[in-house]
Parts: sequence; C-alpha cells; structure tokens
Amino acid sequence: MPLALVVVAEIAARSSEMTSDTLAAPTDIVLAGIRALGNGTILAATGQTLATALGGLGLGLGIGLVFGILLGIFPIADKLMEFSVEAFRPIPSVALLPIAMLVFGFGYRMEISIVAFGTMWPILILTRAAVAGIEPRLLEVSRVLGLGLLARVFKIVLPAALPRIFVAFRLAAGVALIVAVTVEIAANPLGLGYAIMSAQQSLDPALMFALLVWIGLIGWVLNWGLVWAQGRLFGRAAVVEAAQ
Amino acid sequence: MTAVDIRPRAPVSAPSTTPLIAFDRVDLTLGGRKILEGIDLTIGQGEFVCVVGPSGCGKTTMLRLIAGLFQPSAGRVTYQGKPIAKPRQDIAIVFQDYGKALLPWRTVSGNVALALEAIGIPKAQHGDRIGGLLAKVGLAKHADKYPNQLSGGMQQRLQIARCLAQEPAVLLMDEPFGALDAMTRQGLQDEVLDIVGQSGATVFFVTHDLEEAIYLGDRVIGLLPNPGRVAESFPVGLVRPRDQLATREEPEFLRLRRVLFDFIKAAEA
Repeated sequence: MPLALVVVAEIAARSSEMTSDTLAAPTDIVLAGIRALGNGTILAATGQTLATALGGLGLGLGIGLVFGILLGIFPIADKLMEFSVEAFRPIPSVALLPIAMLVFGFGYRMEISIVAFGTMWPILILTRAAVAGIEPRLLEVSRVLGLGLLARVFKIVLPAALPRIFVAFRLAAGVALIVAVTVEIAANPLGLGYAIMSAQQSLDPALMFALLVWIGLIGWVLNWGLVWAQGRLFGRAAVVEAAQ
Repeated sequence: MTAVDIRPRAPVSAPSTTPLIAFDRVDLTLGGRKILEGIDLTIGQGEFVCVVGPSGCGKTTMLRLIAGLFQPSAGRVTYQGKPIAKPRQDIAIVFQDYGKALLPWRTVSGNVALALEAIGIPKAQHGDRIGGLLAKVGLAKHADKYPNQLSGGMQQRLQIARCLAQEPAVLLMDEPFGALDAMTRQGLQDEVLDIVGQSGATVFFVTHDLEEAIYLGDRVIGLLPNPGRVAESFPVGLVRPRDQLATREEPEFLRLRRVLFDFIKAAEA
C-alpha cells in the first residue's frame, strides 16, 4: 500500500510535468537525499541533532530518575511536590525557547536545556509510578535486612522498576528527537531542523522531503534499537512480569 | 461470650529460660481500629513459640511488632530488655508469600547474597557461605536458577536460606508453609526443626494449622480476636526430636489437638 502510493505520486508528478515549490516527485526526493548524503551535509546535520537530542535526553533522564525515585519512595515528598510538578509539566518545552535563548544564546546548550526539560517529565512521572508500584513485600524485605537508602535504591528499587523505567526512556527518546528538531526549525541554526528550513527557503522541496524522510528513518531506527535492547536486557524480567 | 476459659492479661511466662522478647501491656491501634489490646507475653531464649487463633486476631501484627515494622500504641515490646525501635539484622522474617519476597532478577545464590551484603560480609566469603546455606536447605544444585524456575517449596527453602544468612537470633515465621502441599509442608517442618535445633534460634511461628503448631512448638499461644488478645498458653509436653508419624500418634499430641480445636471453635463462635 505505501509503495503503491509512492508509485501513484511518481506517475502523477511525471504526467503533469509538475513544477512546484511545495511538492516533488519521489525519484527527485531520493536523488536529493543521495546527493545530500554524498556531500556530507545531511550527516553533519544529523550529528548535530543527535548530539543535542541525546545530550538533552541524558540530562533529562538523570534529573527525572533522581526526582522520580525520591517522589516514589517518599510519599510525603510526592504530596509536597505534586502542585509544582503539575504546574510545570504542562508547559510546552518549546515555550521555553525565548528564555533559553536569553540565558544560553544560540547553539547546543540552549537546545540541550530545552530537550532536557521536555524529556524530564515523562521519565519523572513514569519512574515515580514504577517505584510506587514496586511489590511492598520487597521493600519490607529491604527494611528487615536493614538496607540503607542507597543500598535500597540500587539493590531493590532500581532493578525492580527498571523494566518500566526503560519504557519511559523509550518514550522520552521519541520526545527528545521531536523537541530537538522543533527547536532547530523554530530558532536554532543547527541540525536537521535548520536544514529543512534552509531547503524550504531556497525553494528546494525535493531536499526538504528527503530530510523529512531521513528524520523519520532516524526515529524509527532509534526506537527499533531501544526495543531490541529492551528485549535483550529485560527478557527475564519481562517473562517474570508476564507470568505473575 | 465464649465458653473457653479465658484469662486475659494473665502473664504467660516461658518455662525455665531467660526471657528474650517481652510484650508488656501492648496495645496497637491502626487507622482508628484497635488491633491488639493488653498483650502480655514473654518468650524465652531458644524457645519455639507457635501462635494460633482465628483470622483477624492479630497474629501477624504481633510478629510485625517483634520485627520492628510496627510500633505499639501503648506498652512496650522489648528485645533483651530494650524496646525494639526498628528492624534488627539478628531478627529475620520468613514471609508466607515467598514469590513476592524473593528478588526475581537475582539467581538463587544472588538472593542469599542480598542478606550477606546487608550485614556487610566481604564478597570473598560469599561463595563459601552461600554454598553452605544452600546445602543446608537442599538447594545446592539450583544455585544458578532464578526463583521463577523453582517450585513453591524450593522458593520457600530459598527464603529460609536467605534468613539464615543473617545468622538470626530470632526467626519470625508468618504462616510460612500455608501455601504448600501437605508432603512438602511436612518435609519443611522437619527441616526447620533441624535448623533451629542446630542454631538454637528463638522462633515465633504464626500458623493456621493446629497440628503444625503442636508438632513444632514448645508452647502454643491461643489468641482471641476483636481486638486481638492473648487468651491462653498451651505448653507442649512432647519430646524432641519429633517424628512425623510417632509424635502425631502420641496421646499428648491428640489431647492438645482436641484442646486447641475446641479453643478455636469457641473463639470463632
């Protein structure tokens, strides 16, 4: 079906001898993509986008994990922080763009900070839920054994919650790519988002669509890799959870 | 009221041993409900105390007080004369739901290692210790399996091994064999008697099974519900070592079985 659509688009474009600033024939898109890959521009842009997306994701993961675990372990902290979390969470990450720009100027740091903000919330919320949902008996076992807070977190809480935390990480990885490209399209002269804007402004729809397809591919590969890692890392835990 | 000869608040003292654990006029109220009232009970060093009573009489709650997981609302629970403020590493609990109490992501040895890590045994000594403990509970061949690859009885053995790794002075057992089949249960009863006989640990054993209570205990405590209180103490005059067939046929066993059965029936009425 998708193939058929591509063929139809190709035939339509060829038969109408289209000259358009907004559309392009699939073969032109592929050719533009190959050209951009060949001269290295697309790879450089990909490197920039991935660097910021992953950097922001790492930062968001760290902050989200620490707070998610603390709020999950200490219900009192959760109650106290509930209002703040619910007040800040709905802010669209891109809305922070003007502030981030004032603080950091253009470039990597600004984009990473926004990606970190965007990815922190799904990780925090899902980690908190995963930690709060740990079998209470396991926490009792750790109390009876006299494990300290750190030992409890690393020996009991993290391993027990890890399969669910990984799902949060997958979700956040998708968010990271979206936010990074959005920031680039909106303002930051970096990466794939900026390349799309340049292609659009230089009336090169074939390159624009080639970049779009490329971003889709990256997202797909990223998710596929994470799903694969999930199966490898948590095969046993997943089996155990399914059995219970 | 019940027809049983109830002697509430009658201090029940252990025969001829030094007291180790003592409940002193203990009340416990949880969420506005009185769970335990006026509990007075002394458990001697090395004593095997079984606790029976109808559901909701606070058996498990008493166990959790000794474990330091609950604090009494009134009165004191003491260990060697000092109040139990928080869980102690020399008091171990065997939970009934072994499936939830084991770490599914750790192997059999890994689960035992958790207790060794908790009490700070150097890593170099883990191998020997784990080997010895697993041999003691008959799991030596299964060291590298995961809990979900073991039968219920084996999982419970593993939990016992983990508790023994703490080298506990007190073993708290909360209906540990309630979910196992009769044959497995009898096997484990004898293993627990063996282990306790060797280590000299004091045991507080909660059970629904009256025959199990008589078979294992030096003394059986009968609780009454709403709120939970100590009604009676039944000393068990059966010689050790005990035997699944011979002990259960002795007149004293049969007499106690009758007395406890009547007690529970009256308590539930």
